[in-house]
Amino acid sequence: MNNIIKKYIPQILAILFVVLIFGFLTMNAQTNMDNRGIDFGFGFLSQESSFDVQFSLIEYSGSDSYARAFLVGLLNTLLVSFISIIICTILGVIIGVARLSSNYLIKNTAAWYVEFFRNIPLLLQIFFWYYAALRALPMPEKADAWFGVTYMTVKGYYIPAMVWENLNVFLYCGLAAIIAIIVLRNYANRLRDTQGKQIPVLLYSVSLLIILPLLSFIFGGVTLEFEIPELKKLSKISYIYEGGISLPPELIALVLALSLYTSTFVAECVRAGIEGVSKGQKEAAASVGLTPNQVLKLVIMPQALRIIIPPTTNQYLNLTKNSSLAAAIAYPDLVLVFAGTALMQTGKAIEIVSITMLTYLTISLTIAAIMNWYNKKIEIKEK
Amino acid sequence: MFKIIKRLTSVVAMFAVLFAFSTETMAAKKSKTLENTKKRGFVRCGVSQGLPGFSNADESGNWTGIDVDVCRAVAAATLGDATKVKFTPLSAKERFTALTSGEIDILSRNTTWTLSRDADIGLTFVGVNFYDGQGFMVRKGSGIASTSEFKNGTSVCTNLGTTTELNMRDFFDSRGISYEPVVFEKADEVVAAYDAGRCDTYTTDKSGLAAQRTKLSAPDDHVVLPETISKEPLGPVVRQGDSVWEDIVRWSLNTMIEAEEYGVNSSNADMMKTSNNPAIKRLVGAEGELGAAFGLDNEWNLRIIKQVGNYGESYKRNIADTGILPDRGPNELWTKGGILYVPPAR
Repeated sequence: MNNIIKKYIPQILAILFVVLIFGFLTMNAQTNMDNRGIDFGFGFLSQESSFDVQFSLIEYSGSDSYARAFLVGLLNTLLVSFISIIICTILGVIIGVARLSSNYLIKNTAAWYVEFFRNIPLLLQIFFWYYAALRALPMPEKADAWFGVTYMTVKGYYIPAMVWENLNVFLYCGLAAIIAIIVLRNYANRLRDTQGKQIPVLLYSVSLLIILPLLSFIFGGVTLEFEIPELKKLSKISYIYEGGISLPPELIALVLALSLYTSTFVAECVRAGIEGVSKGQKEAAASVGLTPNQVLKLVIMPQALRIIIPPTTNQYLNLTKNSSLAAAIAYPDLVLVFAGTALMQTGKAIEIVSITMLTYLTISLTIAAIMNWYNKKIEIKEK
Repeated sequence: MFKIIKRLTSVVAMFAVLFAFSTETMAAKKSKTLENTKKRGFVRCGVSQGLPGFSNADESGNWTGIDVDVCRAVAAATLGDATKVKFTPLSAKERFTALTSGEIDILSRNTTWTLSRDADIGLTFVGVNFYDGQGFMVRKGSGIASTSEFKNGTSVCTNLGTTTELNMRDFFDSRGISYEPVVFEKADEVVAAYDAGRCDTYTTDKSGLAAQRTKLSAPDDHVVLPETISKEPLGPVVRQGDSVWEDIVRWSLNTMIEAEEYGVNSSNADMMKTSNNPAIKRLVGAEGELGAAFGLDNEWNLRIIKQVGNYGESYKRNIADTGILPDRGPNELWTKGGILYVPPAR
């Protein structure tokens, strides 16, 4: 009994304290808002937003609700984070491995890259890409075609849009290919474990991924056409490309800055991970006759990943949160659209800021959960 | 367990009642903002991050502009010295939060008076110091002479969190033109983006366009289109809940406008004390007890006129002489064909 009291009393007191503080803060805000005639409530979310957004992944216009504007901002934040995470991971792994290269030039170039991009504040890098680099691009009418059909201009990057017919058949084929690959891998693993035979899984996987969707074009009635952007005159001196998809320069600048900046940290995680695997492992693997590629793939990487994943997760979280700097260069992310324009038009500061905070918290926790799941999967399973 | 929750809520409620009680008694009758301002020794004023003619800081950090002059007038009236103002530059997005959270006491930042702002978010507009309307600026070479020549796909640069964003949508939507809004938080960023060719047109209040045009690399290559697509009455704002402070700011502005109407200016104000027009005598504190109504002495309005000048002087100094908008347009006195008309100070 005595123990129970000792154990629980401090905890109850702590909870009580937290609740009291929160209660006090809430009431304080409530009273002050009452005094100033500000209403608290989330009813505004269903009201008409009456402002437009530059770039949106879903249908949206000013006659939609604030809730939809929130969704537009959220999707834009997720889009820029997703693209940047992929690019920064690829870059980070390459640079990280390059830093360990025995080639003097490669090693030092990678080291310089890391030191350079890591030590300049991110906001400055965003400004650099947006105001200096992208501003040097030509006006639409003077742009040269890249790959014949895409145009990089000061108003954005115009690429052809894909016009699909029977897209679902194509997607089913892709799904079938992925399932086939998983089955194949399991089979190959079993074959290796029981009979010691190895089959070129990677080659088969790639061919499956190409052949199955290709078949859908021949037999599934899938067609794909490209809508190519065409120059259109707006006035005597201003032009724009119509048709196709336009990637706004704001998105490009943000992705460049975020992925280059974060890739340096990912590179350091990768380097630390690889260096963290004891040298004896590599030597032992080599001595049993594995090729250098096999050593890296089968011995070093599985162990290095255990060290790499947790700090890299942090970098992904940082990147997602840093994407809120988008507001500085007019990329319509969650902060600009919702905590910016929507907040200004409704004046619901407390509601909107808390929704925005909770949203970022949810995104971060989701990323962390996915990475923790992956980390669990690859960690040493003690028997 | 239920009992504990009940008790908890009652404790919380008790705290709340205590706190509510303390703030309410302070808000009664006297102006808390005025008291704090006197204690502090300066007026806290929120202005723009740099809009020539309205609120703009020079290299040495001196603020000038007609919005700045409103705050200076309040400082002259309440503290006796028009220089005792602390200016806080705010973006359009930050301005209302800064005011409602008590970081500043007057927001004088080319802010449009609208119903929802006035009624919804704890603000009170005290008057209008500039009648404006939204317009568009384009490159001269584009050959566009009217807003009716905008085509689908026009990209439009503007500021975040302004009525501009809403008017722009109304405008393009009602004409069925699709457009690309490029929305920046700071005015300087809008100017830079428009200047670099990111946008085909730049939209904001016409006075703002005239002022920002001077910041472009080649101002003469740009032209403001004649159409005005909205009403933008700009004026100072205060927090809701301090009606005395509200009155002080309102009548500081009114004093400047009325002084112009009666021909009282910074150089002749002292002499006007002996005028035989009672309205003028009231305006320079030589008759009546006008200041007492908000707890000020009787020369509050004389100080405004002497230290800041009347509205006409302020307009000339900040907007006309700087070449931004030499023509006063609607911002002329009602007696001279404009719409500036203030209630009498008596």
